[in-house]
Amino acid sequence: MSALSFDNVTVRLGAQNAITDVSFAAERGLVALVGPNGSGKTTLLRAACGLTPLQAGAVTLDGGAIAAMPPRQRGRTIAYLPQERRAAWPMSGRALVALGRHPFAGPMRRESEMDRAAIERGLDAADANGFADRNVDTLSGGERVRILLARAFAVEAPVLLADEPTAALDPAHQLSVLQALQDQAGRGTLVLTALHDLSLAARFASRIIVMDQGRIAADGAPDEALSDKILERVFGVRRQNGDLELA
Amino acid sequence: MNAEVKATLGFAALAAILFVAALGFGAYPMGPVGAVAALFGAGGDEAVAIAREIRFPRALLGALVGGALGAAGAGLQGYFRNPLADPGIVGVTSSASLGAVIALYFGLGFDIVPLAAMGGGALGVIALFAVAGRGASALTLILAGVAVAAFANALTALALNMAPNPWALSEIAYWLMGSLRDANARDMMITGPLIIAGIAVLLTQRGALDALSLGEDAAASLGVNVPRTRLIVVIGATLAVGASVAAAGAIGFIGLVAPHLARPFVGHAPGKAILPAAFLGAALLNAADIGVRALSGFGTPIYLGVLTALVGAPFFFWLIRSNRARTA
Repeated sequence: MSALSFDNVTVRLGAQNAITDVSFAAERGLVALVGPNGSGKTTLLRAACGLTPLQAGAVTLDGGAIAAMPPRQRGRTIAYLPQERRAAWPMSGRALVALGRHPFAGPMRRESEMDRAAIERGLDAADANGFADRNVDTLSGGERVRILLARAFAVEAPVLLADEPTAALDPAHQLSVLQALQDQAGRGTLVLTALHDLSLAARFASRIIVMDQGRIAADGAPDEALSDKILERVFGVRRQNGDLELA
Repeated sequence: MNAEVKATLGFAALAAILFVAALGFGAYPMGPVGAVAALFGAGGDEAVAIAREIRFPRALLGALVGGALGAAGAGLQGYFRNPLADPGIVGVTSSASLGAVIALYFGLGFDIVPLAAMGGGALGVIALFAVAGRGASALTLILAGVAVAAFANALTALALNMAPNPWALSEIAYWLMGSLRDANARDMMITGPLIIAGIAVLLTQRGALDALSLGEDAAASLGVNVPRTRLIVVIGATLAVGASVAAAGAIGFIGLVAPHLARPFVGHAPGKAILPAAFLGAALLNAADIGVRALSGFGTPIYLGVLTALVGAPFFFWLIRSNRARTA
């Protein structure tokens, strides 16, 4: 079990703070990161895997600063699924998934038995076996996300960060992607994922962190974090007969 | 055997076939078999001298330059994640050419030309990073390369404009068209090791380039040091291309075409394409040089760079059109 911890973290992008004085710790489960556009979700995830320099504070994993980790070790410990879904080249799904093993590659870059097994487990966990041998250019948006998810699973890191994995997917794919993430969390991986859809977050996450203008506005179990007060203050909406309406 | 090894061996065999074909092709009649025999001292003094002193250096230079351009193109396309990137894109070709042109302008002699070209290429890459900055994005680096190339081309045009006499003018103009004609063992001692070093430097980044297929953030999260990869790829490409321009002038399109044709054989993985693209580049350049020699039989000699551009430019049109469908 790995404990990811943010201690008073501030990240500045240009002249503005993207996140300000953020503190939280997480060690298990599916943690959803929600908040309006520009509230700092992506920046928080990038800070969690050491992709962005911190203005202040520290991000640590099991007590060690992520910024001080050698890149390969960090790559083995924290898997990151960014929002970018375009593959630069028309590679096969399986070849993309195999890139998840990059932090483990030896100097000759031969795929080991362990790599192959991890790739298969990743494909299984993301339910992406059926189209793994196809060129990614020919895959639908949902299939492509599942391939990229399998790529992130194939790292087999104790921490998985996912940035809006369900954006622009149809409802069935949204559910299957979140189910896969929840299952992964069930296997002991800490999954921290930014989500737009509050009802999906409430349904699948064991804990929700609400971001607002770069700060944590609420943090707790779903019904606690997404209280009527927070919905109205942060998102400008309120519950009405089970649906969300403009406040 | 995996796809990378298969593609490498296949294109190496093709490069070897075209190397032998290039040995056997020319004004002096001796077939490939005769040329190889002459290299080992059979077939009379004349044949031996031609095979050893003219054909062999020329075919070897063709293979080295083609290999340099293919590998550099594959590395740069991989880093820029763009099949339209060409070794010229970072300005190395133009700045190395400028170095050579300055040497020709001042009549420093053919001994100095290769050194001046490599100096020009090195200055070009320093200017590139000075303009783009260390943490430059791929787009900034391309724009900085365009700026460096534009400035080097402007100075080259100025040198042509101010040429002291028609002799210097024609010498510069012909040199710019690119040729393997002046291949000799002494130049090869300088350019050969530099080209091989450049390709070796590029090969160290093959895993990182494959990972970059997922984008810079995902690659960085997998432990790739993206700024370091960028620096190493540009340095490797500069070594290889600078040395090849020094030996043979500016030869376009091989660096664009070879990686593109090699990539499907390795499942489109950009890093795995480097070595196959190098061998395919070697094969293509010797094929083009055979073409040059065949066409020169009809009168005015055609320069190698002219032929590769005539064949390569339509390929470029086609590539843009097919890529348009992919990125639409």
